[in-house]
Amino acid sequence: MRVIIVGSGDIGTSMVSSLVAEGHDVVVIDDDPAVIEEITNIYDAMGVCGNGADNDALNEAGVDKCEIFAAVTGSDETNMLSCFIAKRLGAKHTIARIRNPEYNDESLGFLCQQLGLSSSVNPEMLVAKEIHDILKFPSAVNIESFSARRIEMVELMLKPDCPMNGMALYELRRQYSSKFLICAVQRDGEVHIPGGSFRLEEGDRIALTASPAEIQKLLRRLGILQKQAKNVMILGAGNTAFYLAKLLIANGSSVKIIEKDEERCREICEQLPEAVILHGDGAKQEILLEEGLESCDAFVSLTGSDEENILISIFASSQGVPKVIAKVNRPELASMAEKLGLDCVVSSRRSVSNILTRYARAVQNSLGSNVETLHRIMDGKAEVLEFNVRGDFAYIGVPLKEMKLKSDVLVAGIIRGRKTVIPSGDDTILEGDKVIVLDAGHILRDLGDIIQKQ
Amino acid sequence: MNKRMIFFVVGRIISAEAALLALPALVSLIYLEKAGWAFLVTIGICAAAGFGISAISRPKSNTIYAGEGFAIVALGWMLMSVLGALPFSISGEVGYIDALFETVSGFTTTGGSVIPDCGTLSRGLLFWRAFTHWIGGMGVLIFIMAIIPNLSDRSIHIMRAEVPGPVVGKLVPRVKDTAKILYTIYIALTAAEAIFLLCGGMSLFESIVHAFSTAGTGGFGVYADSVASYSPYIQWVLAVFMLLFGVNFNLYYLIVMRKIGTALKSFELRVYISIVLVFSGVIFVDLFCNCAAFADTCVGDTVRTAVFHVSSFLTTTGFSTADFNSWPSLSQGLLFITLFLGGCAGSTAGGLKLSRVILLFKLAGRELKHLVHPRSVNSVEFEGKAVDEQTLFSVSTYFSIYMVFIGGTFFLLGFDPHINDFKTCLTSAVSCFNNVGPFFGYAGANGGFADYSVFSKLVLSFAMLFGRLEIYPLLLALTPSTWTKR
Repeated sequence: MRVIIVGSGDIGTSMVSSLVAEGHDVVVIDDDPAVIEEITNIYDAMGVCGNGADNDALNEAGVDKCEIFAAVTGSDETNMLSCFIAKRLGAKHTIARIRNPEYNDESLGFLCQQLGLSSSVNPEMLVAKEIHDILKFPSAVNIESFSARRIEMVELMLKPDCPMNGMALYELRRQYSSKFLICAVQRDGEVHIPGGSFRLEEGDRIALTASPAEIQKLLRRLGILQKQAKNVMILGAGNTAFYLAKLLIANGSSVKIIEKDEERCREICEQLPEAVILHGDGAKQEILLEEGLESCDAFVSLTGSDEENILISIFASSQGVPKVIAKVNRPELASMAEKLGLDCVVSSRRSVSNILTRYARAVQNSLGSNVETLHRIMDGKAEVLEFNVRGDFAYIGVPLKEMKLKSDVLVAGIIRGRKTVIPSGDDTILEGDKVIVLDAGHILRDLGDIIQKQ
Repeated sequence: MNKRMIFFVVGRIISAEAALLALPALVSLIYLEKAGWAFLVTIGICAAAGFGISAISRPKSNTIYAGEGFAIVALGWMLMSVLGALPFSISGEVGYIDALFETVSGFTTTGGSVIPDCGTLSRGLLFWRAFTHWIGGMGVLIFIMAIIPNLSDRSIHIMRAEVPGPVVGKLVPRVKDTAKILYTIYIALTAAEAIFLLCGGMSLFESIVHAFSTAGTGGFGVYADSVASYSPYIQWVLAVFMLLFGVNFNLYYLIVMRKIGTALKSFELRVYISIVLVFSGVIFVDLFCNCAAFADTCVGDTVRTAVFHVSSFLTTTGFSTADFNSWPSLSQGLLFITLFLGGCAGSTAGGLKLSRVILLFKLAGRELKHLVHPRSVNSVEFEGKAVDEQTLFSVSTYFSIYMVFIGGTFFLLGFDPHINDFKTCLTSAVSCFNNVGPFFGYAGANGGFADYSVFSKLVLSFAMLFGRLEIYPLLLALTPSTWTKR
C-alpha cells in the first residue's frame, strides 16, 4: 500500500519508520534535500524533494495511486493545502496535522469536511491527553484507555517496597481479586507474556488490564495508590502545555506554568485566566524552589529541548516531587532518560505514529475498519489492539482455552456492552464484543490474525 | 564495520553465482561437452563457499552504512571474478590468468578477450562468457536484492555502490521493488533482442549469446571476427539494441508508466541521440571520402558501418564489423572520444556516463561565466532541476580521479615488452577502464589482448573492475584503514 508523508521532522520520521516496518511503500516529500537524503539512507523509502502542496511534487510521489496521504509539516496551512490538493489528485485518505488551537475547536469538523480530510491529528493535544491520563493515576507509569473507558491498561514499575515482588501470578490471583490480568512483563529490556507460575521481581515493568474501578481497588490494596494530582507545575508554555492546562483546570486541578518568553506568557495568560503564569527561566533551580516545587503533586517538563526536560525532571525527582513527567521526543534519549531513573516519559511522535499505524491497518483490512485502537507499550516492544468482533470471526462462542493462539499473543480483555470481562480460559468471544489483544512481535490486522495458522 | 553482514552478503553473492552457473552447465549438457564437468565442479565450490561463508558470519544486526555497501560490492565482485574464472581453467581450455582476465572482462562488460580464436572454445564456455556480461551489466547485487526478502533496511547503500552514475535514485519506494522492475525491463529487452536475432536466421544459441552480450553492453561473440560475418539485418538489430541498452532504464519505466512525454524530454537522452547522429554522420563522410577500403562499398553499407561502430563504442559494447584500425585518423579520433563518454547514467553501459560529461561541460560553462562576471551567482541546471553543489563537486572529483587511474594504467602498461607502442598502450588502457573492449594499434578488434604479459593482464583486470565499480568501492576495500576498527 502506498503511503505519502509530507514533512520529515520528528513526527514524519517516526511515521516513516513504523510504516516501513509494517511493509508499506512509503514516499516522503520534504523541501530539504539533506533531510530527504538522510531519511532514504536509513529507511527503505523513496524521497521526493519539493513542496508538499505543489502538484508536481505530488505527482512525482505518485499521489494518484496512494491510499493514505499524511501531511505533518510544522505549518498547519501547508498541511491543509497539501491534503486538499492530494485529495483532488486522487489520494484516497488524507490526514493533516493541525495543531494551532484556533483551528482545534468547533471549527475543526467544518474544516475537515470542507477540505475532504479523512482525519486530523494534533500531536500536542494527544500528548496533553496522555499526560492528563497519567496524572489522574499517578501510580502508573503509563495508562492506555480503550472504548468508552470500560477497560484500561496500566503500566506499573515494581518499586523495591512493592508487595507483589517475588510473588508468582497464581499466588497474586489467589490473594487479591481475580478481576485483573497481568498481560506483559518487561524485564531487562525483554517483553514476556507471563504464565501462572511466572514470578514478579523488583524492577519489572508490568502491564495489567482491568476496569478503572478495579485498578483503583488493586492499587489501594497494594498500598501504592496515589491520589489524582491536584497541584501541577508545568515548565514551558507551548501548545501541549496549553492543552494540558486546559484539561487539568476543567478537572479542578490548580496549574502553574513557567515560561521564559514574556510575550508568550501574556498570550497564554489571556487564554487561561485560571492558571498561574510565571515569567522566568525554569532551568534555574532557584525559581522552581521559590515557586514551591517540593509542595506540588506533579511536575511536567514540556520545554522544546529534550535535554533540558530530562535534566530538570531529574532535579525535580531529587526534590521529592511524587510524579515527574518529561516530554522527550527523540527515542534514543527517551530510553536513556529511563536509565537515569525517569520512569515516565512521553513523546508526541509515538502517539501520532500509533494513530497512523492503526489507520493504515484499518485501511488495509479489506472489510473496513476493524482495529478500534492501537497502543504501543513497553518502549514499543508490544502492541495492544482493540478489535470489533464481527460475525465472520471463526471462533465465536468458543472458549478461549480451546483456541490455538499464536505465541506471544494474549486476549487481555473483552468489553461486552456495558460489562467488562477479564478473560479466563472459559470465557468466549461473542459477536459485537470489543476484544483487547496484546501482542509482541506480529502485525495483527484482523482479529482472525491471533489464531495460529495450521 | 559490520563485518559479519559484509561477509554474509558476500556469501549470498557466491551462492547466487552457483545458481547462475547452472545455466551454462545446462548448455554444456545439451551439447554433451566435457566442459560440463568443469561447471559442475565450480558450482560445487561456489555453493560450498557461499553457504559456508554465510553460515559462519550470520550477522547480529543487518544495519549497514555507506562503507559496508562499498565493501560488499568490492569484495563481492572480486570473489565472483576469481570463482567465475574456474570453469575456463578447470576445463583445461584456458590458463588461469587468462581465464581471470576473460571473466573480469565478462563481468565488467568490457568484452576484451585474451583468447586468440574464440571459435575454439566449447559452447558452454562461450555461453558463460556472454552470460557474465548479462549478470555484470545490471549488477549481481541488484539481482540478489530482487530475490532475497529484506536484506537490510539500508540496502540503498549497496545499490548506490553497484549502480554506476552520478546520482542513484529509486523508481519506487522500496529497493527490492526497484530491483525487480529493473530486472524485468532488462529481461524483457534481452528477450526481444533474441527474438529479433532469431528472425534474422541466427541459430538459437548464437542469438541468446549475442542478446546477453548486447544487453550487458559487453561485446563477447562466438567468432574471432566479432559480428562481421552476419547479415546486414542482424548488424542493424545489434546496433539498435546496443543503443537501447545504453539508455537510462528509468526512462523505460516512465514509458511503461505511460509517461512517454516525460521520458522523451530527458536532456541526457537527447544529447545521447545527437551524439550518435553527429558522430555517425561525420564518420560516414570521412569513410566515404577518405578511406580507400570503402571506395567500392555501397552507401548503405558505409552508413551501417559508421552507425554500428559509433553505437558499439558509445555504449561501450565493443562489437565490430570492420577493421577500424585502417580508418582515417578523424574517424579513429571520434571513436576514441566515444570510448570515454559511455552511455546514459542508469544504463548497463560503462564509461564516464553522459550525464557526468554534460555536468562537466555545464560546470566549465559556469566557470567561464564566473571569470567574466566574478560576482555572478549561477546554478547548474540539469533535467529541469538545479543540481546541488555536492553533486557537482563529486562529479568533478570523480573526473580527476578517473583521469589519474587511466593515466596510471597507461603507465603500467608501458612495462610490457610485447606492446611497446604508444597508441596501443593508451587506447587499451582507456578501452579497458571504460569497459569497452576494442582498442587501436597493435592488434585491434576482439582477441587483441592475447599477447599481453601476465602483469599487463592483471593490471588491466583491475582497471576493468575499477572502471565498472566507478573506482570508490574498490579503492575503499583495498585501503587497510577501512578494515580496522573505527
